[in-house]
Amino acid sequence: MTTDDKTVKPGGGIGRRQFTGAAIAGAATLPVLHPLRLVRAQAPVRVGVLLPRSGFLSAIGAACWRGAELAPNILSDMGLAVEVIGADTESNPDTGRIQAERLIREGVDILVGCFDSGTTAAVAQVAEQNGMPFVINIAADPAITEQGYQYVFRNFPKAPTLVMRGLGSINNLFEVTGTTPQTTVFMHVNDTFGTAMSRGIQALAPQVGVPYEFVDSISYDPQARDLSVEVARARALEPDFLMVVTRLNDAILLVRECVRQRFDTMGIISPGSPGMYEKQFAETLGPYAEYATTSVPWFNPTSPITTELQSQFVAEFPDQTFELNPGFTFEALMICADAAQRAGSNNTDDLVAALRATEIAEHPMYGGPIQFDEEGQNPNIGTVVVQIQDGNPVVTAPVDIATNDPVFPVPSWSDRG
Amino acid sequence: MLPIEFYFDAAIKGLLTGSVYAMLAVGLSIIFGVMRVVNFAHGEMLVAGMFGAYLVFVTLGLDPILAIPIVAVVMFLFGVALQRGLIDRFITAPEHQQFLVLIGVALILTNGLDMIFGPDARNVQVPYAFASFEVGPFFLDNVRVYSAITALALIALLYLFFNHTLTGKAIRACADNNRGAQVVGLNVSRLYAITFGIGAACAGAAGCLLIMVIDVTPHLGADFTLLAFTIVIIGGLGSMTGALLGGLLIGLSEAMAGILIQPSLKSSFSFGLLILVLLLRPNGLLGKRSS
Repeated sequence: MTTDDKTVKPGGGIGRRQFTGAAIAGAATLPVLHPLRLVRAQAPVRVGVLLPRSGFLSAIGAACWRGAELAPNILSDMGLAVEVIGADTESNPDTGRIQAERLIREGVDILVGCFDSGTTAAVAQVAEQNGMPFVINIAADPAITEQGYQYVFRNFPKAPTLVMRGLGSINNLFEVTGTTPQTTVFMHVNDTFGTAMSRGIQALAPQVGVPYEFVDSISYDPQARDLSVEVARARALEPDFLMVVTRLNDAILLVRECVRQRFDTMGIISPGSPGMYEKQFAETLGPYAEYATTSVPWFNPTSPITTELQSQFVAEFPDQTFELNPGFTFEALMICADAAQRAGSNNTDDLVAALRATEIAEHPMYGGPIQFDEEGQNPNIGTVVVQIQDGNPVVTAPVDIATNDPVFPVPSWSDRG
Repeated sequence: MLPIEFYFDAAIKGLLTGSVYAMLAVGLSIIFGVMRVVNFAHGEMLVAGMFGAYLVFVTLGLDPILAIPIVAVVMFLFGVALQRGLIDRFITAPEHQQFLVLIGVALILTNGLDMIFGPDARNVQVPYAFASFEVGPFFLDNVRVYSAITALALIALLYLFFNHTLTGKAIRACADNNRGAQVVGLNVSRLYAITFGIGAACAGAAGCLLIMVIDVTPHLGADFTLLAFTIVIIGGLGSMTGALLGGLLIGLSEAMAGILIQPSLKSSFSFGLLILVLLLRPNGLLGKRSS
């Protein structure tokens, strides 16, 4: 059990019986799975994990934190030692900056975080000023890694990459299902991430060659209490489908309003944003959450290491769903522990050099090996298309890891209730 | 060009939402009007009311509208206890001390709710959560219609209470002339406690209505405190009808800003309206001019 300012150390948290079974399976598979298996005694690398665990992003922050809670035990099983120190950014970049400075004063070796781009950009500045390695778990604003920072590493796609792949996936969905909409309304949050995604879509849609016309772009506050007018405006334009870039709470509000206003479209599709694949979305909206589609970086359901991580996750958090938030947070800690292992010390320069030389072939999230280019960006992260089916997010593309066929166009709201 | 019905549709939705906002602001206005204390914990009390409605729903299966009497009574008792135990000692203290005390109460409430319920958003799924009335070209969702009707009914009840009951008249007497009320033998301290209790009950009732519109998390309070301030300053501090007018105006202006300008600028439109009112009528639209 952990809270802010408390630490998660290897050996705490997961029951011995729960762990033993997975450990045996892990021990059998690890020799072929992971290059990190060679164990050597070393002081755990102290990682400060900054997440929005209160404020309007708290639900997603809590989801990320679950990945951080699991990491010490699972990584310990792989022979990697990591100590996690949590800090709450309160969904506020200023608080994130203050918490990052506090963690540095308290002597952490690496920072990890922060889920939202605004806070991540603020913490990246602090990390750079203090010469502190910073591994980004989730944040897509391209500017973060395009400023020549030396200590910042991102294991998540940039917004243009998300957009490019997202728009491509949507085109592919239309081809596979044989249905090509003519018009869309783009609705998006107006925070750093949403604005970066909007700019990316405007710039890249012509390059990708989308077959539909954008008839309007509606931006709104991610902390909106009410989206009735926004949805009414979209409805008045009668688009064939809705393209959205959301957070969690506004995604729920948006779909709820679509149902109330009987605003039927061919579907609601995100080219790469949180909200619609999360457990709370499906739980709150029930049948109305079905068929919400998102193109997003995701875990690889066919990877053995993901299977092990998922089994640990289910054992520890039986009421929660394993998705990208805990997955990428776990992976960020795995990157830190791997770097510390290869560096052979927790010295900053050694850690930074080791992070630059990262090469992890087997990891939970879908994509190629984890590597960092000269910007500190991992260029090998894949994206998949997930759709809510029977209350769960399932992979519908790409074909090599798809577990279900996509549904498009989707049934009308009245056919679901 | 959007069809003309769309503008009417947005205006009606804005007025419905504004009615619930008014219910929230009325409590703040009553407390200030009588006690001259600015309740900086008002939004947090609303959030406590939302969690109260959520608890009643999950334990008793009671619709949040039907839960209003339970939540309002609990919040009333909480308000009375808070006033008796804490606020009363600061009634004559400088304003900045009152602010600090109430900000402290707000922090305790927020963190207490966070400890009890955690950071996850909670919601209440009433059977009519996704239903709507089709009136000509308009779709009015049941939740917003029922919430608005209930809010207006509660405001009317409060109006009757303050104008047609002895306790209500005594509270108004305190508001009009505190010393005069003491001279004629009114127990001002007791009336202040009742007033603060009514204000808290109003926040609790508004919470019951809002839980059907938005999901609740412990950290929503500050936004609603700010919203309530905006409404009562526009309507006129201390004026119940001013709070109603302010709520409706904010709901309407946000809705119209959403379609005429850009939805992401809704809040700035509200604050623009606030600045305009402060410039042209510093005491609010229905506020009394200070002598």
